[in-house]
Amino acid sequence: MATLRTEELVLNVGPQHPSTHGVFRLIVTLDGETIVDARPVIGYLHRGTEKLAEDLTYTQIIPYTDRMDYLSAMIGNYALVHAVETLMGLEIPERAEYLRVIAMELNRIASHLVWFGTYLLDLGAITPFLYAFREREKILQLFAEISGARLTYSYMRIGGVKWDVPDEGWLGRVERFVDDFERALEEFHTLVTGNEIVQARLKGIGRIDRETAIAYGLTGVNLRSTGVAYDVRKAKPYSIYDRFEFEVPVRTEGDLWARYLLRLEEMEQSRRIVKQAVRQFPSGGEIMARMPKLIRPPAGEVYTSVESPRGELGVYIVSEGKPQPYRIHFRRPSFVNLQILPRLLIGENVANMIAILGSIDIVLGEVDA
Amino acid sequence: MPAALGAVVLLLVVLGLVTFAVYVHRKLLGWMQGRHGPTHTGPYGLLQTIADTVKLLQKEDVIPAQVDRPLFRLAPIIAFAPSFVVLAVIPFAPGLTFADVGVGLLFYLAVASVTTLGVIAGGWAANNKWSLIGALRSAAQMVSYEVPLALSALAVVLMAGSLNLNAIVEAQARSVWFVIPQALGFVIFLIAALAELNRTPFDLTEAESELVAGYLTEYSGVRFAFFMLGEYVYLFAMGALIATLYFGGWLPPHPALAFVPGIVWFLIKALFFAVLPFWLQATFPRARVDQLMGLAWKGLIPLAMVNLVLTAALKTWL
Repeated sequence: MATLRTEELVLNVGPQHPSTHGVFRLIVTLDGETIVDARPVIGYLHRGTEKLAEDLTYTQIIPYTDRMDYLSAMIGNYALVHAVETLMGLEIPERAEYLRVIAMELNRIASHLVWFGTYLLDLGAITPFLYAFREREKILQLFAEISGARLTYSYMRIGGVKWDVPDEGWLGRVERFVDDFERALEEFHTLVTGNEIVQARLKGIGRIDRETAIAYGLTGVNLRSTGVAYDVRKAKPYSIYDRFEFEVPVRTEGDLWARYLLRLEEMEQSRRIVKQAVRQFPSGGEIMARMPKLIRPPAGEVYTSVESPRGELGVYIVSEGKPQPYRIHFRRPSFVNLQILPRLLIGENVANMIAILGSIDIVLGEVDA
Repeated sequence: MPAALGAVVLLLVVLGLVTFAVYVHRKLLGWMQGRHGPTHTGPYGLLQTIADTVKLLQKEDVIPAQVDRPLFRLAPIIAFAPSFVVLAVIPFAPGLTFADVGVGLLFYLAVASVTTLGVIAGGWAANNKWSLIGALRSAAQMVSYEVPLALSALAVVLMAGSLNLNAIVEAQARSVWFVIPQALGFVIFLIAALAELNRTPFDLTEAESELVAGYLTEYSGVRFAFFMLGEYVYLFAMGALIATLYFGGWLPPHPALAFVPGIVWFLIKALFFAVLPFWLQATFPRARVDQLMGLAWKGLIPLAMVNLVLTAALKTWL
C-alpha cells in the first residue's frame, strides 16, 4: 500500500498575532499540529537605546528606561539611577528610598497583573483579564497622582525621586489598596487557580530543569520555578530591601503551573513589602540628595542589577567622567529568557506554543530595546 | 403557499431573536466582567447590533487574491443555511411546527452536520494556514462530538418511542420531563452540544489567541456576517432542541400553570439554554485540542453508551 505523502507546514506567527504580546515573530515548522522547528525573529521594536544613550546625559536616559520594559517602568528607572548612584557613591535620602520601594513594588504587582490577565486570555479565558485590569487601574491611578503618568513615569532621578507624595492622603490610599488587594488575590485563586481546565492545560507542560535554566541564564520566575531561590533583592540587596520581611517563593516543578503560581505568590509578597514600607514611612526629610547641576560620575565602570518582574535587570556603565556615558549596556531579562523558547517548543502542539510563550513573560520593548 | 409564508415569518422571528441575542450576549458578558456592555447606540445600547450589522453589510467585499473563489463564496451559505433549516422541525407550541417530520430528531442532527462542510470549505478555500488549521480542528471536533450527541439523544428516543419531536414532547406530558430519568444523558448532551456549537470551553475553531480567527480569518463583511448569523441561530436552535428533548418543550412545569401559553414556556426554556453558553464563556478558559478529543472518545462516548444500555434496561424491565 502506498503511504500518503505528508509535508511539513511552515507557519508564520506574528509580528501581527493576538498572542505574541507585541511585535514578536516566530516561524514554526509544523508536522500536523506538532512543532518540529521554531525560529524566533526579534527586532521589530528595536530603537537603538544603548547607542542613543551615548549622546545623552544620564538624566536624559531615564525616559528610555521607561520604554524598555514598559510594564514596569519604575523598576527600569531605578535600575539606571541605581547604577549611576553606585558609580558616584551617593547617599540617598531615606524618604526617597521608601518612595522608590513603594513605587517599585506596586509596579511589580501591576506588571504581574498584566501578565495574569493576558496569560489567561491566551488560554481562552476572557474574564480574568478584566478583573486583573480593574486592580491594575487602581495602581495606575496612584502612579498618576504621584508622577503624573500612567505608564512611562520617569519618576526616579539620580539622587532621589522627582516628586514627593502629592498630598497627605496618598499613603493612606496606597495602604487601602494593598489591604483590598488581598481579597482580589483570593478572588483570582477562586476563579482561576482551582479551575480544572486551567490545571489540565498548565501542569507538566513547558518543563525546564534546573541545569538547563542556569545554562541558559534564566532569571526571575523562570529560574525560581526550577527550584533555584535566586532573587536579586535577597541575593544582592539594594535600596532598603533588607529592612522588610518577605519571602522568595520557589517551586521545583519547572512547568507552566509552577510559573503561574509563583507570579501570583510574588504579588502577595510585594503586597507585604508595600504594607511594611507604608508603615515605616519617615514623616519628614528630603526626597533628593544634593546634586550638582550637571551629573558627571567619576571615570570607571560599574555593573549593578535589580530584580524586575521578569528577572535580573542589569545595567553596565563605562564612564569617562563626562556627562554622557562612554558605553551603557542593559542586561534585559526578557531578552535572555526568550532564548530558551525554541528548545521548549519543539515537540509541542500549537495550543501549547502560545501557553509556553506566554509563561516566559516577555515584554517586546525590553527584548528589542 | 401558507408554508412559504410560514417560512418567511420564521426567518423574520429568528433574525429578530439573533439581533437581540448578540445584544444580550454583550450585555451579559459585560456585567459578568465588571463592565457595562453597549450603552451608546439607542436607549440602553439596544440598537448596537443593528448598527454593527449595517456596518458589516456596507463593507467592501474583500476576496483575497489566491482564494478558491467559488468555494469561498459558497462556504458561508453552506454554513449558515442549515441553521435555519433545522428550526423547521422544532415544535414551538402545540400544533406550531413548520414541518412535522416523522424523523424530526434525525433530520435535525443530519442537517446540522452539513454546517461542518461549510466550515471546512471556508477554511480550505481561504488559502490561509490559520484558516486551514482552524477548519481541520473544527471538522475533527464536530465529527467527534456528534457521536456522543446522537448517542445521548438516542436514549431519549428510546424513552419516547419516537423520533418525532412532537411525540417526544407528548411522551413527557404522560410521564416526567426526560431530564429526570435521563440526567446522565442530559449532561453528556449539554457538553457535546457546547462542543458542537464551538462555544467555550470548546471554542477551538476560532481560538483567537492561537489561530488568529480560525476558519474566519480571511472573511469580512457580508460573508463574515453570514457565519456569525449561523452561529447565533444555532445557539437558539440547540437551546430549543435541549428544551424539547429534556425539559418538556412547550409543557408547563406543573399542570396548574397550563393557562400560560405553551410558546411562552418553550421560549423561556429555549432561551435559557441559548444564554447558558455566554455564562460559560465568561467563566472558562479553553481546553486544548488533544484534551478535547480525549474527552469525547474516552469520556463521553463510553458514558453515552452506558446510558443507552441503562435506558434500554429501564424500558424493558420497568
